[in-house]
Amino acid sequence: MADQEKTSAPVTRRDFLRQGSRVAALTGLGGFAGLLVSKLKSETLVWQIDPAKCLRCGRCATECVLKPSAVKCVHAFALCGYCELCTGYFVPEPNELNTAAENQLCPVSAIKRRWIEDPYYEYTIDETLCIGCGKCVEGCHRFGNGSLFLQVRHNLCLNCNECSIARACPGDAFRRVPVSQPYLLKTSYSHG
Amino acid sequence: MTMRGRSFYALVLSGTAAVWNAAAEQRFPPPEFESGHQLPVTTVPPPRALWQEYADVAVLLLCLGLACYFVYRRRSRRSVLWLSIFSLIYFGFYRKGCICPIGAPQNIALGFFDPAYAVPLVVAVFFIAPLLVALFAGRTFCAGVCPHGALQDLLLIKPVKVPTWLETGLSVLPYIYLGTGVFFAAAGSAFVICRYDPFVPFFRLSGGLTMLTVGAGFIVVSMFVGRPYCRFLCPYGALLRLASLVSKWRVRITPDFCTKCRLCEESCPFGAIREPVPPPTNPMELAPDRRRLGLFLIALPALIAVFALIGNRVAAPAALVHPTVALAERYLDPAKPPPPKVPTPDSLALERADHDPASVLSEAARIKRRFSRAGWWFGGWVGLVIGVRLISLTSRPVRTDYEPDRGACFACGRCFMFCPNERVRLGLLSPSELPGTEPARTDTAPVASGDTGKPKTAT
Repeated sequence: MADQEKTSAPVTRRDFLRQGSRVAALTGLGGFAGLLVSKLKSETLVWQIDPAKCLRCGRCATECVLKPSAVKCVHAFALCGYCELCTGYFVPEPNELNTAAENQLCPVSAIKRRWIEDPYYEYTIDETLCIGCGKCVEGCHRFGNGSLFLQVRHNLCLNCNECSIARACPGDAFRRVPVSQPYLLKTSYSHG
Repeated sequence: MTMRGRSFYALVLSGTAAVWNAAAEQRFPPPEFESGHQLPVTTVPPPRALWQEYADVAVLLLCLGLACYFVYRRRSRRSVLWLSIFSLIYFGFYRKGCICPIGAPQNIALGFFDPAYAVPLVVAVFFIAPLLVALFAGRTFCAGVCPHGALQDLLLIKPVKVPTWLETGLSVLPYIYLGTGVFFAAAGSAFVICRYDPFVPFFRLSGGLTMLTVGAGFIVVSMFVGRPYCRFLCPYGALLRLASLVSKWRVRITPDFCTKCRLCEESCPFGAIREPVPPPTNPMELAPDRRRLGLFLIALPALIAVFALIGNRVAAPAALVHPTVALAERYLDPAKPPPPKVPTPDSLALERADHDPASVLSEAARIKRRFSRAGWWFGGWVGLVIGVRLISLTSRPVRTDYEPDRGACFACGRCFMFCPNERVRLGLLSPSELPGTEPARTDTAPVASGDTGKPKTAT
């Protein structure tokens, strides 16, 4: 390149300055990249809800950039009491303990109730319907075992730089977790 | 499950919250089934795999390479157009516009200022690669790879020329917006550039009403003003513009020499083509420019100081963007509303603050101090941008050809086909038909020197 410059037309002041700035910019960018390496992490971070801090306020359903939200209710079956009168499934003081719509707490009928054996019923979430409003989570937390809880579902979540639910979360329950452990699940009954 | 507190306060807060929150749960022991019922497993659908993220990087690098090839070697607008349509589909509608370099400066800023945040490797590459390319080949990223640019470019139906004074005035906005994004990311861990991106809601086909309205506004405007977001707002475009000012190669309208036929003059819908400026014959003509330059150079430090002060003043209200600061303000507000019967999210947050006010307040104070410090820098940056813009107005370019402005050119390649020399190169025009040269004196009808709007074949 140096030879070429000698043989070609004389370098003007503008060109010289431009070349100089380019070299400086390249060096700067290189140095910046070098600095950045210390801040790098090949593992991406993803957003998740800490169920212990969740206040079940219902904002997950409304604040997510996706409609319906990427937050869904999930069920820790090992923690569930399999109650016949599930306070996560039924409205307060239901007419009858059946699957009629007026008895259900869930606004979109996303919880399926299935008889297992007397007197136990199993409750499963249909995530294609769930909107993440957390009404069932509140019911289960307040009067039950707390086996229903909200989680960001990573097959749906776009992993925004700044989760818009996290910004609005009154419980400060959202945090970034490593992609290798993307869920903060409740697991099993701890005492009793 | 371990609690990963970012700081001591967060640890204490999460610990107490966990106890206070979970104390009442676990009322009924799980059943022991006689029928031997097996408990279902809670599903955990995985996020995008790492190899998929690396595939995005590969597509980015490939597209950047192709864009440079199409602009510099093939000199083909059509190829660039098809590439940008591919990018719009891939980075826009498939990846939902959400691995893009536009917001990346914020990630980098947050990585430097928040020790708990690690910049993902993919984001770092998305930030550096287009800049590196721009240092050599100008803004080919804008032309062929950016989905935002592609969307606006495709929508452009009736370009209107933006007056020069307006163009010059608005051209400082991208730098200020970049400063705003970095300011909020560094001080408040907020990503304003992503939050107020007008096109991503369209890529996602989902979004809030406000942003959809703003986006629709941009879409309507971009039908008549070429790439309004790219020219007057895009913060990453600001960086690319700086890089392409010193780029090694540049986009040229003509493949070999300029005949100053002025056919390309109106070809650029982005107002990037500059006309030749002859060197001044009388050096005394430059004296007023020199005086203005001196004035602006002296005014620059004052400008920076004034804006730094303003930046510091606006930092306090800006800090309210951070949820913890907003919560602390509401907690300290003497005219606090009484807690409602049915808890609202806000009252729940206040209840949380009530539970452990010390940690919330000290955290809020720490964030406010950070905002106040960052406000000086942000204001200083705004002053610097305006000052440098003023200084650049006094510089007198020397141009012998019609050529695109290094910084403003998006390398879209629209102007190529307007140049008769390019048509000669492609064999669409014979050299004798070139405007500016005397048409060959033959008995056939003379070829008009001015109108070469349509390709002509030599008779």
